Amino acid sequence: MAGGQREKFDNPVVEWVDSRLPVFTLMQKEYGVFPTPRNFNYFWNFGAIAMFMLVTMIVTGITLAMQYTADTTLAFNSVEGIMRDVNYGWLIRYIHMNGASFFFIAVYIHIFRGMYYGSYKQPRELLWILGVVIFLLMMATAFMGYVLPWGQMSYWGATVITNLFSAIPLVGDDIVTLLWGGFSVDNPTLKRFFALHYLLPFVIFAVVFLHVWALHVTGSNNPTGVEPKGKQDTLPFHPYYTMKDTFGLIVFVIIYAAFVFFMPNALGHPDNYIPADPLVTPAHIVPEWYFLPFYAILRAITFDIGIPFTDIALIEAKLGGVIAMFGAIVLLLIMPWLDTHPVRSARYRPWYKKALLVFVFGVVVLGYAGSQPADKVYWQTCIGSEAACSASDDHHGVATDTAHTGDDHAKPEKAPMVLKFDNTMLAQIFTIYYYVFFLVILPLLSRKEKALPIPKSLHEAVLAKAKASAAK
Amino acid sequence: MCADTATKKDHEEGTRREFLNLAAGAFGAIGTAAVVWPFVDSMNPAADTLALASTEVDLTPIQEGQSITVMWRGKPVFIRHRTKAEIKAAEEVPVNALRDKEEDKDRVQKPEWLVMVGVCTHLGCVPLGQKESETKGEYGGWVCPCHGSHYDTSGRIRKGPAPKNLSVPEYAFLTDTSIRIG
Ligand code: HEM
Ligand code: FES
Repeated sequence: MAGGQREKFDNPVVEWVDSRLPVFTLMQKEYGVFPTPRNFNYFWNFGAIAMFMLVTMIVTGITLAMQYTADTTLAFNSVEGIMRDVNYGWLIRYIHMNGASFFFIAVYIHIFRGMYYGSYKQPRELLWILGVVIFLLMMATAFMGYVLPWGQMSYWGATVITNLFSAIPLVGDDIVTLLWGGFSVDNPTLKRFFALHYLLPFVIFAVVFLHVWALHVTGSNNPTGVEPKGKQDTLPFHPYYTMKDTFGLIVFVIIYAAFVFFMPNALGHPDNYIPADPLVTPAHIVPEWYFLPFYAILRAITFDIGIPFTDIALIEAKLGGVIAMFGAIVLLLIMPWLDTHPVRSARYRPWYKKALLVFVFGVVVLGYAGSQPADKVYWQTCIGSEAACSASDDHHGVATDTAHTGDDHAKPEKAPMVLKFDNTMLAQIFTIYYYVFFLVILPLLSRKEKALPIPKSLHEAVLAKAKASAAK
Repeated sequence: MCADTATKKDHEEGTRREFLNLAAGAFGAIGTAAVVWPFVDSMNPAADTLALASTEVDLTPIQEGQSITVMWRGKPVFIRHRTKAEIKAAEEVPVNALRDKEEDKDRVQKPEWLVMVGVCTHLGCVPLGQKESETKGEYGGWVCPCHGSHYDTSGRIRKGPAPKNLSVPEYAFLTDTSIRIG
């Protein structure tokens, strides 16, 4: 990166350092004069915001770690101690706790920006992939962080998620034992999660470095998706985008601070203020909100996939759910090869735009479905006599659930038909759309979609917009 | 490498350099694996974790129709004193109708005592049904609050996402009214 031409700095100390290690030249080149498309909108703020959140998490995390004890008998009380006894402990913890949520908000918007404006496309595929890797590492980090306070949700969330690995054929149980370091989530599990929770943010930091490096090789995309062709299309990063990023960051931090100070527990779950109890599962366990869409996909697979008309299940429901969930992320990873349409920005792709907005809607609905009990019924009607139906309701009693899994052999004869639409079906519909969007719609549109005319260059697009608003 | 014939022969059987590269690579790979394994294995259950193996339970206070939950290896174990009706229901189910085919008699040592690990075989939650007040699900046994797996009076999976019956731990009757688990 270094080497090459170096400009002289006026300050003698800076000049002395720079001639030996050209860090100032590097900063000047990458963040000072760096040519940046002149038409960024506010969606381009979220990379810088995510970076700010990462640093915030590391600073608050390290100060928390100075007070926290990773031991099942002490963890919960040490977090309560942070809340009550440590000076400003409550503040640091609330910044960290809500920081995880706001980090995910920033990153989700950042990912959406990439999808909408086609930033994943050639030549930015690797940049995109590094981004998805960061997202995966963040999920692992946040999951393990949530286990540390050792409340009921910590414990049962950890149990359910680690048990996912038992779905792997043959070696699944051994892997789970290895993850736990025992026969259930317990002290060895908590200790290793703390060690990894401390480590992973620094790994994220390293991958972010690669991500930004790759960005500075290809340069930024922009709302038109048209590459800048010369000086007239770009602005120096400083002061134009340092200012725009700072402004956006301040707005973001105001909202974040409102949560930290006025509703610090709004995004959390009250059950996590009950100490972990291995003998009692809370009636309704849900993961943190940022995992809900994936959790809904996991639960949507309630059926075995097997050879028809036989008992042989090739993929049991449990494994199927796990595959569907991880598959949802793999699809993001390979998105640059699923969508090969030559036009980047959704602005000029009316069909892609609609499909993508429905996709986003679908992910939000999946998030909602993930937060509700699997057996929640939204609508139901009865075919046959009313009386028979209400009788059958009684029979079902409390939790009539997920399972359309079959095996209802012991049912009373001639059950009346009850048509219903429940939460599992809702999740199934949008899980299907999630997959169809990537595997059918994207490749299809790549070949068939006729794009609107795209601007010849960025400054032309900017000028046209200025003229249009002047005319108004 | 000047003699034409020697080069040809070397090439047919692979050069010495190729052999050395392969041998060095193989050594390196095995060596790395040998160094990595202790680190991976250190994450497996430690000796003291393995040593917490068994628990003794006195069954006398458990009335017919009651259940208790005891801790064993960090997990809940359900012990149920089954009623005649429950035993009958469990025994009458045709095995072919089950997802995880097991006869009731293979799951108990004495029909009135059902002993099993109270961990849902789906993703590890503790099913409800131990307490009088809790729902017992559609098959009169247990029902998991997490994703709704229903278990029958023999702890066999009947409905929902779980693939297997609740597992029966190793246990032995020490006397008529006490057992040792593990
Ligand atoms: C990628 C960045 C990070 C994310 C997304 C993250 C996420 C989380 C989450 C969700 C919690 C649970 C908060 C709660 O409910 O109480 C947590 C707790 C914790 N984290 Fe982090 N964290 C990050 C970085 C760090 C770092 C760098 C450290 C330094 C060691 C750290 C140390 C801790 C500690 C000690 C706790 C337990 C105290 C508590 O629960 O408040 N974290 N983290
Ligand atoms: S853990 Fe019991 S049904 Fe999922």
